[in-house]
Order: sequence, then structure tokens, then C-alpha cells
Amino acid sequence: MVSKATLQKSVTVSNTISDVAAVCRQILDLAKNNGFSREDIFAIHLAMEEAFINAVKHGNNADASRNITVDYSIAPDRIEISVSDEGSGFDYKNLPDPRQKQNLQKPSGRGVLLMRSYMDKVKFNETGNSVHMTKYKSANKDV
Amino acid sequence: MAEINPKIAVVYTENAAVATLIDQKILEEIDIHALENSIIPLVERKQGINLVLDFSNVEFLSSSALGLLIRVSKKIYESNGQLRLCAISDSIMQIFKITRLDKIFKIFPDRQQALDSFENV
Repeated sequence: MVSKATLQKSVTVSNTISDVAAVCRQILDLAKNNGFSREDIFAIHLAMEEAFINAVKHGNNADASRNITVDYSIAPDRIEISVSDEGSGFDYKNLPDPRQKQNLQKPSGRGVLLMRSYMDKVKFNETGNSVHMTKYKSANKDV
Repeated sequence: MAEINPKIAVVYTENAAVATLIDQKILEEIDIHALENSIIPLVERKQGINLVLDFSNVEFLSSSALGLLIRVSKKIYESNGQLRLCAISDSIMQIFKITRLDKIFKIFPDRQQALDSFENV
């Protein structure tokens, strides 16, 4: 059954892949139960994985004493997810474009590109240690 | 006869090895390291290996998995080998296209076409 109400939740978990994976599963289940398509779920999943990896590995520098905060809300037409770490952020305005010839063979640097490609809105806070992502339900995109 | 590693199943043809990725999701660092540790010995065992990576089981991967493919690719080309990817689902192919990695990897619809491509090198 598809919920009509907006649900909002905030969870803080330790800086481990297993803890953020559990939050990821909860959010994906919620999206599935609220009628997001298979393609939307794929997109949300990929963007969350990239945001979580960035937060755990780069933002919090794999420090298990730090935390990750995930704020999410789900409305009939969209899902919004914020992932915040306790690191000093990064210069998201000057990221090298991984699609350029000189960067194509580099093994890293594609996470933010994928987040921006698969979500409808991706916004970092000024310091770059928090990212807010929005995905609209496919059927509502052209409304 | 197939050789089973934790993350791949390998079969050998006359001039190539075909490694089928077993996991449906290639996401976490620990899984990616395990996969890398399964593939790299294949490359190191035979100088100039022709390797096909078969993605028919894979439904989801992250950018970290793309990094693994680039590292494997470099290792193979450094040893004068050739790498082919095959049986990539439409949704994962989209990831390759967005990142433009479809321009650097040789990707084929199925295993046979990937194997046939070695004979045309």
C-alpha cells in the first residue's frame, strides 16, 4: 500500500559499512513500499551507496569512533536523503571530471558524478561534509 | 571443468579464460578486495592472458567496482594480455555510459562474441 503522508526520520549510526548498509536497506524498503519503480530504486540505491562510501571512507576517514547522520523523508512524489559525516568536508566545487580523457583510467573519482546522474537534485553544504539528494518518482517527473 | 574461487567461476578455452562474477551485487570494499584477489592471480599466472569477465549474474555495482575493473585492466595490458567484458545488464551498462568507461573497455553482448573477438586481434 502506498502511503499518502510524508514520513521524516533522522538516524545516527557509527561509521561502519555494516551500520550504514542497514540504514540503506531501511530506506530502500520504504521506497519500494511507497511505489517507487524498479529503476528509481536502482538510482536511489546507487546514489546512497556512493554517498555512504564517501562519508565513511573519505569524510570520516574510516574512523570507527565517528558517526554518520542520515536524515530522510518520503512523500508521495519524492524521496529526500541527507548523509552527513563528521569530517572537514571536501572541495566539491572543483572536482575533476572523471569523463575527461586524462581521468578516464583513474580508478576513483566517479561517485559524485553517479550521484548527480541518478538523482534529480544533489546539493552539498558549504563545507562539503553533508549531501542532500532528492529523487522524484519517475511517473511524476514531467508533471 | 570450472575452477571455483570465492567470487568467480573460471572456465578455460583454447586461448582464453572466462571468469563469471558470482555475486549479484558488487558494492562493499571487502567484497571488491576479495574479487580482486580472485582475479589478479589469474592474470599473474599466465603472461599475456586473454580474459573475459562475464557479468551475467551482476545486478548492481558501485563506482568502487569500476575502480577494480580499471586496476585489473591495467594489470592485464601491462602483461600484454587482453580484457573483454560481456553480458552486462542494461542498467549497469548505463553506469558505464555515464562514466564513459564504455569507451575504454571492450564490451560484448555475450560470452561467445567476447571470445570470438580474441581471434580477430
